[in-house]
Amino acid sequence: MARAFVLPDLGEGLTEAEIVKVLVQEGDLVQEDAPLLEVETDKATVEIPSPLTGRVTQIHVQPGQTVKVGAVLVTFDEEGGRSPLPAPSPTRAPSSSTPPTPSHVGPVAATPATRRLARELGVDLRTVRGGTGPGGRVTDDDVRAAAGGRQPAPSQPAAERPAPAAPAVAKPLAPVGITPPALPKFEQWGPVERQPLSHLRRTIAERMTLSATLVPHVTHFDRADITELDAIIRRNVEPARQRGLTLTLTSFLLKAAALALLEHPQFNASLDPAAGELVLKRYYHLGVAVATDRGLIVPVIRDVDRKALPELQRELAALAQRVREGKATLEDLRGGTFTLTNIGALGGTGAVPIINYPEVAILGVARAREEPVVLEGRIVPRVLLPLSLTFDHRVADGADGARFATAIVRRLERPEQLLLEW
Amino acid sequence: MVMGDLVREVDVAVVGGGPGGYSAAFRCAELGLETLVVDAGRRLGGVCLWEGCIPSKALLHVGAVLGEAERAKEFGVDFGEPRIALDALRTWKTERVVGKLARGLAAVAKSKGVEVVGGHGVFEDSRVLRVEGDEPQKIRFKHAVVATGSTPSPLPGLDTAQDRVMDSTAALELPDVPERLLVVGGGYIGLELGQVYAALGSKVMLVEMTDGLLPGVDRDLVQPLARQCERRFVKIWLDTKVTSLRETGSGIEARFGGDTVGFDRVLVAVGRRPASADLGLETTRVRPDARGVIAVDALCRTADPRIWAVGDVTGEPMLAHRAMRQGKVAAEAIAGRPAAFDNVVVPAVVFTDPEVAWCGLTESAATREGRPVRLAKFPWAASGRAATLGRSDGLTKLMVDPDTGRVLGVGIVGPGAGELIAEGAVAVETALTVEDLALTIHTHPTLSETLMEAAEMLLRPA
Repeated sequence: MARAFVLPDLGEGLTEAEIVKVLVQEGDLVQEDAPLLEVETDKATVEIPSPLTGRVTQIHVQPGQTVKVGAVLVTFDEEGGRSPLPAPSPTRAPSSSTPPTPSHVGPVAATPATRRLARELGVDLRTVRGGTGPGGRVTDDDVRAAAGGRQPAPSQPAAERPAPAAPAVAKPLAPVGITPPALPKFEQWGPVERQPLSHLRRTIAERMTLSATLVPHVTHFDRADITELDAIIRRNVEPARQRGLTLTLTSFLLKAAALALLEHPQFNASLDPAAGELVLKRYYHLGVAVATDRGLIVPVIRDVDRKALPELQRELAALAQRVREGKATLEDLRGGTFTLTNIGALGGTGAVPIINYPEVAILGVARAREEPVVLEGRIVPRVLLPLSLTFDHRVADGADGARFATAIVRRLERPEQLLLEW
Repeated sequence: MVMGDLVREVDVAVVGGGPGGYSAAFRCAELGLETLVVDAGRRLGGVCLWEGCIPSKALLHVGAVLGEAERAKEFGVDFGEPRIALDALRTWKTERVVGKLARGLAAVAKSKGVEVVGGHGVFEDSRVLRVEGDEPQKIRFKHAVVATGSTPSPLPGLDTAQDRVMDSTAALELPDVPERLLVVGGGYIGLELGQVYAALGSKVMLVEMTDGLLPGVDRDLVQPLARQCERRFVKIWLDTKVTSLRETGSGIEARFGGDTVGFDRVLVAVGRRPASADLGLETTRVRPDARGVIAVDALCRTADPRIWAVGDVTGEPMLAHRAMRQGKVAAEAIAGRPAAFDNVVVPAVVFTDPEVAWCGLTESAATREGRPVRLAKFPWAASGRAATLGRSDGLTKLMVDPDTGRVLGVGIVGPGAGELIAEGAVAVETALTVEDLALTIHTHPTLSETLMEAAEMLLRPA
C-alpha cells in the first residue's frame, strides 16, 4: 500500500524548510525511525526519521529545494502494518519547471523593467491584482507594494509616552517598515557575482533588520575587573579537565547575567506593542551566540539561575558542539529570554551587538586583557573585561541599563557571589 | 602537436557563433565569466551574418534601388537600362557589408576576451565538450550554451543534391542570374530571394503548397505584397506541390500540378529545421524532439542542469533577434541574476517590397482563439507621406483589448514597415494603451503617423 509522507509540522512559526540532504534512494528499504532527509529550517538543521518500515518508491524533493509544511516528501510502499503517517496534503511540492501561462489570459500588463523588478523582489506578477497604471498596467509601485514594502511610518513624538503616575492604557504602536531604494548597477564599475542567500543567512538578515528597524537600541559600556575570577578559573582548569570539564569564562558570565536579571526583571522581558504591555518572564533561559561556518546560531540554556556552574559548563559544551555539527534540535534554539555574545576569542576591544528580538537586551563581551590600573595610588596590573550592554530603550532608560550592567559587573568582580547566591 | 588530450577549463562554453551564441558569450564575459565560443567556421555571425539576414538585405537593397529607378520614370526621371556587374555586386556584398560587420564582431569578441575556437563541438557528457576539426581539444565547462541554429529544410521526397537546385545559402552566393528561376516556397525566404532575382533580371516563377503567400500572416497585410509579386513574377502557383525535379542537359525540369516546366535554376525555400543532430547530446540529459527542437524554459535551461540552449535550435520563431535576447537571458541566468525570457512580442519582418511586419496578437490568431478585440485599420491612401513616396498601397492595423484599451498587436504593410514595427513592439511590450499612442505627437509628415491615426480611430465615438 503506497503512503505519502509529508513534511511534518515543525513547531511554532516554522512553515517551511530547505532540503539539505536526501539520505535514501528510490527503491531503498528503510526501517522505522531511520533517517530519511536532513532539512534546514529557520533555526536548525533537523533530521527527519522514517515514520514506518517500508520501501521508498518515489522521492519528490531534491537538495536545495524549499518545501512547505504539508508538502509530499517521499512515497512509501508500506511493508509493515502500522502507518502513523500524517494524511497526504493537497499541497504539492514546488516544481522546478515554470508553470504554463493560460493562453487566453495573455501576458501580465507590465513593462519589461517592471517585470524585472518583480523578479528581483520575488513577486509573481500573476498574483498582483488590479494594476494601478493606465489600462490596468501593473506599475513598479504595485510590485513594491506586493513585495510587502511599506512607507516609513511617521515617528511618534517621545512626549506622548504616558507619565508614570497616569493610569496605563494599552494601545497598539505604529508599524515600522522601510522600502530599501534600488541598488546602483555595480557592473558599471567592474564584474560582480550574485549569490543567493542561504536559508540561515536570510533568516539572520530578516531578524536583524527587524530588530534594528523596530527597536531603539541603546548601548552601555563598562569594564569588569575579573582579576580574581580569572585566577579562580586558571586554578581550576586542570582539576576540571580531570573531571571531563572545560572551564571557560562563558559559564560565569551566564550565571552573573542570570542573577542580575533576577534583580532587574525588565531586562528579562518582551514588549508587546500590540497590547501596549511589558511581558515579564519568570524563567531565565539564556541564549549564547555561536559562530558556525553556516552563520550565527543562538542555542538556549534553560533555567540558568537555578543551575550550578559545573552543570552550566557541561550543558554549554554539549550544546555548542551540537550546533557546530548542525545537529541542534528546535528545542535547543527556542525560548531564550536574554542573549550573551562573546567575541573575545576573535579579538577586538568591543562591539555593539543588535538585540535578539523580541528580547530586551543583549550582553556583548570582548577579550579580557591585563591592563595597568591605578589602585590606592599605585599602578597595578589587573585583568579587565570590556562589556557592552545593548538594550531596548522603549523598555528601559539609560540609568536602568547602567544599574543592570553594574549588577553584572559586581558579580564578576566578586566571584564568591556567583557561588553563594542562588 | 597532439591537442586531443589537453583539457581546457572554462566557465561557459558556447556552441555556435551566431547571434544567439555571440550574444550569450558577450554577456557572459561582461558578467566576469570565462567564456569560449566553438564555431565550425571559427567566426562569429552565424547564418544571419554570413548566409542569411545580412547578405539577403544587402541584395534586397540593390533590388529596391533598381525598383526605385524604374519607378522614377513615373515622375519624369529616366536612368535608362541598368547594367549590373555581378562580380562587383558580389564583392560589395561579401567585403563591404558582410566582411565589415564580421571584423566588427571579431573586434568586440577580442575586447571582451571571448575566444573563438574553430571546429565541430560534440558533447562527451554534461561537463566536457570535444572539439573536432581545425583545433581539436577538450573543453571542460561549468555551463554550456547550445546555439547551433538551423539549416534549410530539404524538399521532402525529392533529390535536391543537384547543381541547379539551390537552398537559400547557395542563392545568396549569387552564382549567376538565371534566366528562368523557380522558387519553391511562398514563405519569407522564397519571397525575399525571389524578389532579389526578379530585380536582377530573372524570370521568376513561384510554387506555394498552401492557398496563399506568407501562410499564417493576416491576409490584409499580405495582399499588397501579393499584388507586387504578381507584377514582378512571371507566375505564381498556389495550392501546388512540386512532384519532381530533374536535371536535363541545359537546365532543370520541374513537375508540378500536371505541368512540366523547364528552368535554369530552382531555389528551394520550404523552411528551416533546428541543427541539433551530431552534437553528442545523447551523452547529456538534453533530448531534442522529433523535429530536433531542444525544449527550454524561460531561463533558457534545458533538461540538463548544466546545459542551456538559445536561438533557432529551440524552435520557432526562428529569428535572430529572438536568439540574441535569449542569449542575454541565458548568460544572466548562468551568472545567477534574475533574468527571464518573459518577452511578450517577438516582432517579425518580411523584407520584401512592400515590407510586411507584425508583432504581438494577429487578427487571425484572435479569430482562431475566439478572443474579442477591437480593430483599427488605417489605409496609407490617407497618409500624406505615403502619397509623396508614390506608395499608397500600405496599411497599418492595431489589435486592441476592448476592456482596457491596451494594444495587443500591431501589423503593418508598406515600405519601411520593418522600421515602423519597432514602435508597435514597444507599445505591446510595455502594455501601452491606444490613448498613449494617440496622444503621443508623431512627426509630420511621416509613415509613423499612421500608428497614431489608427489609434485615434479607436478613440472616436463609434
